[in-house]
Amino acid sequence: MDLIITIIYYLLVAYVSVLLIYNVVKTKEWEKEVLYIIVLIPFLLRLFMLK
Amino acid sequence: MAPIVRKSGFGILGLLLLVTSGVSFYESRRLAEPVALGEGVSSVKKLGSYFSGIEGTVNDCNLYFLEGEEPGATICVLGGTHPEEPAGRLATWLFAENAVMKKGRLIVVLSANRSGTTVTRLGGAYPPDFAIPTTWGEQTFRLGDRWSNPLDQWPDPEVYIHYPSGQYLAYVDIRNLNRCFPGRPNGTLTEQTCYALMEMIRKEKVDIVIDLHEAELQYPVISTIVTHERGQELATFVSMTLTDLEGFKMGMEFSPKNLHGLSHREIGDYSDAVSLLFEAPEPFLDATRGKTTREQLLTGIDEFVMKAGKHGLLFEKIDEKGWHIDVRVGRHTSAVLQTMESWTEMHPDKPLSCTNVPRYAEVIEKGVGAFLRNPNESPRERIAYE
Repeated sequence: MDLIITIIYYLLVAYVSVLLIYNVVKTKEWEKEVLYIIVLIPFLLRLFMLK
Repeated sequence: MAPIVRKSGFGILGLLLLVTSGVSFYESRRLAEPVALGEGVSSVKKLGSYFSGIEGTVNDCNLYFLEGEEPGATICVLGGTHPEEPAGRLATWLFAENAVMKKGRLIVVLSANRSGTTVTRLGGAYPPDFAIPTTWGEQTFRLGDRWSNPLDQWPDPEVYIHYPSGQYLAYVDIRNLNRCFPGRPNGTLTEQTCYALMEMIRKEKVDIVIDLHEAELQYPVISTIVTHERGQELATFVSMTLTDLEGFKMGMEFSPKNLHGLSHREIGDYSDAVSLLFEAPEPFLDATRGKTTREQLLTGIDEFVMKAGKHGLLFEKIDEKGWHIDVRVGRHTSAVLQTMESWTEMHPDKPLSCTNVPRYAEVIEKGVGAFLRNPNESPRERIAYE
């Protein structure tokens, strides 16, 4: 059961990461670009199992 | 500025942050901590040899066996149950690198929860490591956390139900080694680690288990021995002797019968060993501390904790001298040595005698680093890694 939850969790992390990258590309405001990139970092760290 | 250029610039800065922080976390998790085995270490075993469920996992930690020249009792000293309480780990390091058993047998564990040594408190901005100065340079240690690394054990439940008592505990304590005893073979990594430690204690017929800890000054269980009821006489004897002869206060209190998962309760209940837990003061853990730095960790000096003391909010005194790591480690080495001596007075047929480990006054005088051995001067086969 834990394994299934873990797989779903990492899929969600990947999905949110893709959404954030998409938003970085699409937004026209530089403040939001910075915000999305900062928010993206912990998601990528978790996706790569670094922290 | 064209949006593509701006986005690329921000992207590169973000990537830089990701790489630098990622490298820091990666290196911290894998920092090799050498142990130059002292002449007293007769063998190094793996915890997994007592329970195959944790064999090859991050918590398959080293067990250092020191066989005495003469037979006697068996004592096991646990360091790193809570890795962010480094005096416990450092005290066990001094035993593994220096101790020579004359009578009886000593089993030392430096990283009881090895997974917990590979992470720091999430969101706590803790330093990833700290260094102890020695005569041959500095030796760096992972700081660690109170709980197993979520990368090794996840997810946490809404409520942690302790096995086998069924007591409800805080959800996060399902990753707390000192809330998971006696463990179970089909449980989480932390529960399996506790089960493996229990199996080792039972199979090696350990007589005394000492679990080394540190506590914040705002926590009432501090500067004390917590004992299972079967260790009452021994703990009282040790407490009185240390307070009388070594110049530092060491209290004694009973392990609550209704608080489950702790080593001092469950090891005593589920094995024949007398279980004791020693607490030293660590201002680094106090919620009212100032900057969470390596210096604060090692010196134990903190003006905010001192201020709390002036308002009567602490259970242990603190002044401008703080609580230096040498003082905290010295308390632990003396307390372990005194336990062996007091045990021997009470059980002359099963003695324990240990030499070559510095006591409280000597650790303060020379510093912990004076007793850490240079791994570069040890033969390769006499070095282990934590």
